[in-house]
Amino acid sequence: MLIGHQPKDFLLAVEGLTVSFDGFKAVNDLSFYVEENEIRVIIGPNGAGKTTVLDLICGKTKATSGAIHFRDKDLTKMKENQIVQAGVGRKFQTPSIYDDLTVFENLEISFPRGRSVFGALTFKRDAIVRDRVEEVAEMIFLKDRLNMSAELLSHGQKQWLEIGMLLIQDPDLLMLDEPVAGMSVSERIKTAELLNTIIKNRSVLVIEHDMKFVEDIAHKVTVLHQGQILSEGSMEKVKNDPKVIEVYLGH
Amino acid sequence: MSDNARLVNRPELLGILALAVLLVVILPLSLDVFRLNLVAKYLTYAFVAVGLVICWGYGGILSLGQGVFFGLGGYCMAMFLKLEASSPENTKIQSTPGIPDFMDWNQITSLPFFWKPFHSLTFTVIAIIAVPAFFAFVIGAAMFKRRVGGTYFAIITQAVAAILTILIVGQQGYTGGINGMTDLRTLNGWDIRPDHAKIVLYFFEVACLFGCIFIAQFIRRSKLGRILVAMRDKEDRVRFSGYSVANFKIFAFCVAAIFAAIGGAMFALQVGFMSPSFVGIVPSIEMVIYTAVGGRLSILGAVYGTLLVNFAKTSFSESFPELWLFGLGGLFIAVVLAFPNGLAGIWSDYVQPQVDKLLRKKSPKNGWTDASVADGAPAE
Repeated sequence: MLIGHQPKDFLLAVEGLTVSFDGFKAVNDLSFYVEENEIRVIIGPNGAGKTTVLDLICGKTKATSGAIHFRDKDLTKMKENQIVQAGVGRKFQTPSIYDDLTVFENLEISFPRGRSVFGALTFKRDAIVRDRVEEVAEMIFLKDRLNMSAELLSHGQKQWLEIGMLLIQDPDLLMLDEPVAGMSVSERIKTAELLNTIIKNRSVLVIEHDMKFVEDIAHKVTVLHQGQILSEGSMEKVKNDPKVIEVYLGH
Repeated sequence: MSDNARLVNRPELLGILALAVLLVVILPLSLDVFRLNLVAKYLTYAFVAVGLVICWGYGGILSLGQGVFFGLGGYCMAMFLKLEASSPENTKIQSTPGIPDFMDWNQITSLPFFWKPFHSLTFTVIAIIAVPAFFAFVIGAAMFKRRVGGTYFAIITQAVAAILTILIVGQQGYTGGINGMTDLRTLNGWDIRPDHAKIVLYFFEVACLFGCIFIAQFIRRSKLGRILVAMRDKEDRVRFSGYSVANFKIFAFCVAAIFAAIGGAMFALQVGFMSPSFVGIVPSIEMVIYTAVGGRLSILGAVYGTLLVNFAKTSFSESFPELWLFGLGGLFIAVVLAFPNGLAGIWSDYVQPQVDKLLRKKSPKNGWTDASVADGAPAE
């Protein structure tokens, strides 16, 4: 632990994080801190390394150097499933759901119980599971589609389903990669409303391009550019930062 | 949805009953002992096919090396039977009596250490399960923890099948070489060669097969079965839902290996010998074809597929021995292209609706519509 860098109340502390792919540094000496119950939005031009940062936190990509502390755990040394069990949830950019299963089964698999091989064999679909699945299905507007095969859902519904799958995991840190991309206007409004209910009592890290949406939800914004932080602070501050206007918002 | 909690729903129960009637009543009554023994031989492959439904159909792990596990199970059983057949009285003409004949021919003068425990039937039964499970675990752990999958995994399992064949053939003194272990006679003093023994073994085998079918059904119906389907579809999503994907794959692979090994052990008992020709690449691929023809998502379909392909093999290869392998290859390609879900797919798409229609006409109250549960059918 780097003493003095890390007061206790940070949920996530990313320090000196670097990853290089064949010499190209996609993320370069990046440091930022997320507090409990904070909603942080990461913005930046294409190729800035936003998705890579999420990949590094959830263990999909291994860091070349640097540390990611989540509470008292070092995520860089953990496996993906251990990171999830520690309380980090990740939504992918394209809806990542199980087409061959029903909506109910999709949600049930994400229910945080019976995650070992033996646990999965003996898993019972009891009232607790059923109630929780129904509760989440109601929040993600899919209550009447529980028995439908997930492949028949629309794009927006698939995005909601994946958000629901994360919700049922009940993570302390929720990471969303472009949750409203490709959605219709009405779906977008519903999603914003959905996100506003699910971000309570947890920290959220969001990547998003829709500036209106970012303004609505962000507590703090981090602007990435070429793998480094260009600017950080409130939306107001970031919006008026000349560097940010030049590389990103000005376009 | 509430049906999911039960082990089998009604159509599945009917399917299992129909298979039971076929195997327990119709075939034994209508076939002579020779033909029934052929069915028994075919059914040993059905164990492999049922395992492949879990491993390949549900888990998406294509193993082209199930012959390895079939062989390991078969050799474990054969070693016990061979030792019993090689009692000092039976082998007194050998230069070293009391060891298997092929050892004597290869100038081996004492029983190798790894043969000794196979004097015990209890040990043998445990070994039939444990040895292949251990091998599958080691191969699975080495591959899946490193995220080797798909075609690469299939090729590696094939290489393992080739290696094991070469090893068995090369170590003639310990394994019986290319001839395998022949002249197996008794099981704990009970002669396995006469007709009535064949019939007893047949029913024992059918009972074991139903045991495996029920285990497979239990796995398919459990959350683990749904996780296998989910993994086949979106491996990363499963990983980032907190599951160790590698462990689930290892489990599915081990289950398939154990089923295959039980089939192999039955084979040694039924047919009375075991040889490397059931271990290598060609038999391993044939086993995959049985599953593909029967329907890789259907446990019962795999059993029917195995029986049909083997009947076809026996009848065609008698008349056109050199053409049979081409026919088999053509069959595989045709099934994959035209009927990706095999016989079971044809049944559920074309026959089942007609049957339902008839049943509904007869008893309109009794319409158990199994509300289109996705049930792991691939999205195509």
